Amino acid sequence: MPHEENGRVIEFENVGLRYGLGPEVLQDVTFSLPAGSFHFLVGPSGAGKSSLLRLMYLALKPSRGLITLFGRDIATTPRRALPALRRRIGVVFQDFRLLNHLSAFDNVALPLRVAGNREDDVRKHVIELLSWVGLKDHVGARPPTLSGGQQQKVAIARAVIGRPRLLLADEPTGNIDDKMAFRLMHLFEELNKLGTTVVIATHNEALVARVGHGCLRLDQGHFAAEPGIEGVSGSPAPVGRTAGGTRDRLLRSSAGDAA
Amino acid sequence: MLNPRTDLPLDRDSHGRFLPWIIAFVVFLASLALAGTLFLDSLAAGWERGVSATLSVQIPASGDEADDDRRTDAALIGLRSAPGVVRADLVSAERVAALLEPWLGPATAAGDLPLPRLIDVEIDDDVEVAELTRALQARVPDATIDDHRVWLDRLVRLVRAIELLAGATLALMSAATAGTVVFATRTGLAVHQDVIEVLHLIGAQDAYIARQFARRAQAHAIRGAAVGLALAVPTLGAIGYLATRLEPELLPELSLSPIGWSAFLVLPLAAAAIAAVTARLTVIRSLARMP
Ligand SMILES: Nc1ncnc2c1ncn2[C@@H]1O[C@H](COP(=O)(O)OP(=O)(O)O)[C@@H](O)[C@H]1O
Ligand SMILES: [Mg+2]
Repeated sequence: MPHEENGRVIEFENVGLRYGLGPEVLQDVTFSLPAGSFHFLVGPSGAGKSSLLRLMYLALKPSRGLITLFGRDIATTPRRALPALRRRIGVVFQDFRLLNHLSAFDNVALPLRVAGNREDDVRKHVIELLSWVGLKDHVGARPPTLSGGQQQKVAIARAVIGRPRLLLADEPTGNIDDKMAFRLMHLFEELNKLGTTVVIATHNEALVARVGHGCLRLDQGHFAAEPGIEGVSGSPAPVGRTAGGTRDRLLRSSAGDAA
Repeated sequence: MLNPRTDLPLDRDSHGRFLPWIIAFVVFLASLALAGTLFLDSLAAGWERGVSATLSVQIPASGDEADDDRRTDAALIGLRSAPGVVRADLVSAERVAALLEPWLGPATAAGDLPLPRLIDVEIDDDVEVAELTRALQARVPDATIDDHRVWLDRLVRLVRAIELLAGATLALMSAATAGTVVFATRTGLAVHQDVIEVLHLIGAQDAYIARQFARRAQAHAIRGAAVGLALAVPTLGAIGYLATRLEPELLPELSLSPIGWSAFLVLPLAAAAIAAVTARLTVIRSLARMP
């Protein structure tokens, strides 16, 4: 339903987030991502990258502001309609969040089973994908018996098995070497070419510089204005900006940029 | 059915392990209660059948043997010609004396006391006893009919009360089972919060997660119920054996009708259904409260 979405996969309008009674960790976040775009979400540790992703994959509700996902206002979407939205999002969690009591196969099969796919279809697709990421020989292995890199592959396979429209990855290159990191980026770019919108949170600025693509630059909970990042992969730039902050905030965010 | 595949590591939960044993115990008790109820039921039905088909007619002694004979003959003729009466026989004086001896002592046997005349009557089930009484008393005014009804009604009421009690006990035990399942399920939800969150984020409906808890609870229940039933069968056999040895005449034969047998097979199914439905509702209700 692209017409419903206006060509935008996700839109944030003046979104704020606080954990419990704490301070706002995200303030006045406004942006939208065109379908098929590829973005890095960068910023120093503690800037709120993970929190922003959590809002995007519907693990959290914003304290204020409007989030529109696939053309639907999240605040007015009933709980029972959320699973259908979530099935169109693939997430590579920072700590993978694999289910340790299940085999690699069952972990990757989860999104398909949850969506009610037939077991022989599940089998075919999962084996295919696990072979493709190079885990053909570890189909029955449980995550704790796999290396960090192998676990990450399982996590990525689980994120993409359902052909998501939106792929979110939180520090996916966090604990692998540079060579692996580039191969991983290549994988994400392949997916992007097939039409999936990709957002990768990272604080590895070197990687961002080498790979290119648009940047969403977060600092202390809001977006820094980031001119001149457009069109690297032929996709339009995000509409990212500090919206209505005080001068104090602007000062802080530009200070963050310089760092 | 006994080992369903689940995405949640429910079969490793120590808190779920007690569930089959509790269900085994409940099904064991429920089997005994059910057997007791079925037994009392057939006992009461037997009494009703036996008693409703017979009456005794009593003609009080007047002190004048000839008059007694005359009134007895009139009663016999009247009864035998009444509709629905299958048989009407005079109980012999010796037998009446024998019946009364425990109360009145050997004097009755010697014929020193005036004895009432007794007539044993067998009737069809649909005979109106009141009608028969009126017809009889038109001929012999001081004859009385004892249709054993009052006595029987009391016994039957007692039996029904005991059955009601057994039913209430069964209901209570079902509620206790459901409560146990609620507790085990809530604990499971808390323990596996992380896994459940991942399942949600992957796009699982609450019903998908509920199904896993329901399947697990059902498997526990079936296993427990099988154990409970397996223990109940020899126990009931032993009770039945002892009862027939102690009081063979008093008890109707302890064989179960096909309906009785199927009632026992319903127990594990009921336990499984209660467990599955309770687990499902618990999960759905708990998850619906989540943001
Ligand atoms: N679950 C949480 N509860 C409370 N505070 C949190 C939680 N997660 C993150 N925060 C706070 O929110 C801010 C942003 O954190 P995070 O989104 O993890 O940033 P990043 O991923 O960019 O490092 C930090 O100040 C952090 O302490
Ligand atoms: Mg983070």
